[in-house]
Amino acid sequence: MSSTLIAALFVFLLATLAGAEVINKVPPTLHTPLMSGSNAISGIAVIGALLVAGNPGDNLITILGSIAIVLATINVVGGFLVTDRMLQMFKKKETKVS
Amino acid sequence: MDISGFIPTGIEISYLVATALFFIGLKYLGSPATARQGNTIAAVGMLLAVVGTLLNAGVVNYSAIFLSIAIGTAIGAIGAYKVSMTEMPQMVGLLNGLGGGASTLIAVAEFLRGLPAAEVPSIDSRVTLILSILIGGITLTGSLIAFAKLQELMSGSPITFPLQQPVNILLFASFVVGSGYFLNAPKDEAIFLGLTAIALILGVLFVLPIGGADMPVVVSLLNSFSGIAAAAAGFVLMNNILIIAGALVGASGIILTQIMCKGMNRSLSSVLFGAFGGVKSGKGGAGGKQEDRTARSVDAEECAMMLGYAQSVVIVPGYGMAVAQAQHSVRELADQLDRLGVDVKYAIHPVAGRMPGHMNVLLAEANVPYPQLYDMDDINTQFDRVDVALVIGANDVVNPAARSDSNSPIFGMPILDVDKAKHTIIIKRGMSTGFAGVENELFYLDKTMMLFGSAKDVVGKLVSEIKQL
Repeated sequence: MSSTLIAALFVFLLATLAGAEVINKVPPTLHTPLMSGSNAISGIAVIGALLVAGNPGDNLITILGSIAIVLATINVVGGFLVTDRMLQMFKKKETKVS
Repeated sequence: MDISGFIPTGIEISYLVATALFFIGLKYLGSPATARQGNTIAAVGMLLAVVGTLLNAGVVNYSAIFLSIAIGTAIGAIGAYKVSMTEMPQMVGLLNGLGGGASTLIAVAEFLRGLPAAEVPSIDSRVTLILSILIGGITLTGSLIAFAKLQELMSGSPITFPLQQPVNILLFASFVVGSGYFLNAPKDEAIFLGLTAIALILGVLFVLPIGGADMPVVVSLLNSFSGIAAAAAGFVLMNNILIIAGALVGASGIILTQIMCKGMNRSLSSVLFGAFGGVKSGKGGAGGKQEDRTARSVDAEECAMMLGYAQSVVIVPGYGMAVAQAQHSVRELADQLDRLGVDVKYAIHPVAGRMPGHMNVLLAEANVPYPQLYDMDDINTQFDRVDVALVIGANDVVNPAARSDSNSPIFGMPILDVDKAKHTIIIKRGMSTGFAGVENELFYLDKTMMLFGSAKDVVGKLVSEIKQL
């Protein structure tokens, strides 16, 4: 194993542990928004897709990369917007009550 | 080729800031007061990372990129505004799949890029490529099947076929063998594409045998997978932000999965490998003595009287309410009862519906005040003081067999104790069993009344009856 891979594994491990710590104890109301919001973050694959499609390569690679960009962008944009829509609903209701 | 090596420092710093924003955003998403802000913070982080990447010196195909981004943004935005809250589970399911699909395509494209090069890819990149197509492929097709089930494009009940387990094992074994071969022949295009195909098939087979009631677990698990798939793509590209953000999502998905499993008192492995369907037929025989019992059916007028003259009513919503889109009628019913001075509460079971927090989202859409929603643990201590428990389209989550009958497949699952209320009204389309396929003895109790019909129609009738009280 190269030292680059080892370093990457460390990064992965620490991010997982930190992530588990950050998300503990979420009230049930927020389960769906948390899921769709984190789902949008998993659209980070768009960065990888940009690098693949953007770097010079033959046509097939650019096409595959471009499809990946489309998919990941839908994931990102759709995920964040739909989460916002849901949370807006929660907000509206809370102010009404108080 | 290590692309990240060429990235100037400024771009790395944009990644660093984006990473911080993801963590802060996710932290904020976990608390009601800051959730919306958290989502925005995470979105800003994503924008920053995208802009940083576009400034990458290695990026040249700008026209292809901007076109793709525009298409993706348009579809995503339209989808996000068009989708109804009832359809949220399938929306999330579909989005998970797209993320997995993107990760898979990245791995395939990177493999193709390496093909013409004279040097062979390092052993590290061979391993990461294999893992990436495995996780990405399963996420993609698994999510698509989950989507099809939730959207009712296909049956939501567990789909099993003879020799299912052996087929799965055989497929997985051939993936392992193929991987071993690929490690020695990293330029073999056929074997790589074959491995990709197997991963895609595994995803289909993985979700097919899982039934509707287990969907909350599957959706959160696939959410986790979509994160891990992104992280795996990050390993292929050796790109830290993909690894970190992916790991973050992977961890949050696993936590939600655990919460859902706890809500059903089932282990993850029993959800994934022991489809309820297998138990179902066995239970049918055991229900023999229940067949001579009759359930009491009542009409809307009588129910309206009971509800209107009660002091406290607890509404228990379930998937049936979501299917019938009855949340607005339910809110109206609660308003009418409130007008008559009835104390109305909602009892939310953790796994009611098809995804974590499904009922909360629907009731929020109908503007139900948040303080009226009670979690299972808080409401269960109160049921003996409740006059009427109104169950709308829920079944397994109120089945007392989970408490008392150790032979029941749902035994041990925490339930809402509606049978402890003075009266129980159950709105249901018919006497059919829930997704677990288990008889519900609650229906045959003396104090239980069945009100048959679609949730929306029946609740609508109740509203007009109560208006006349």
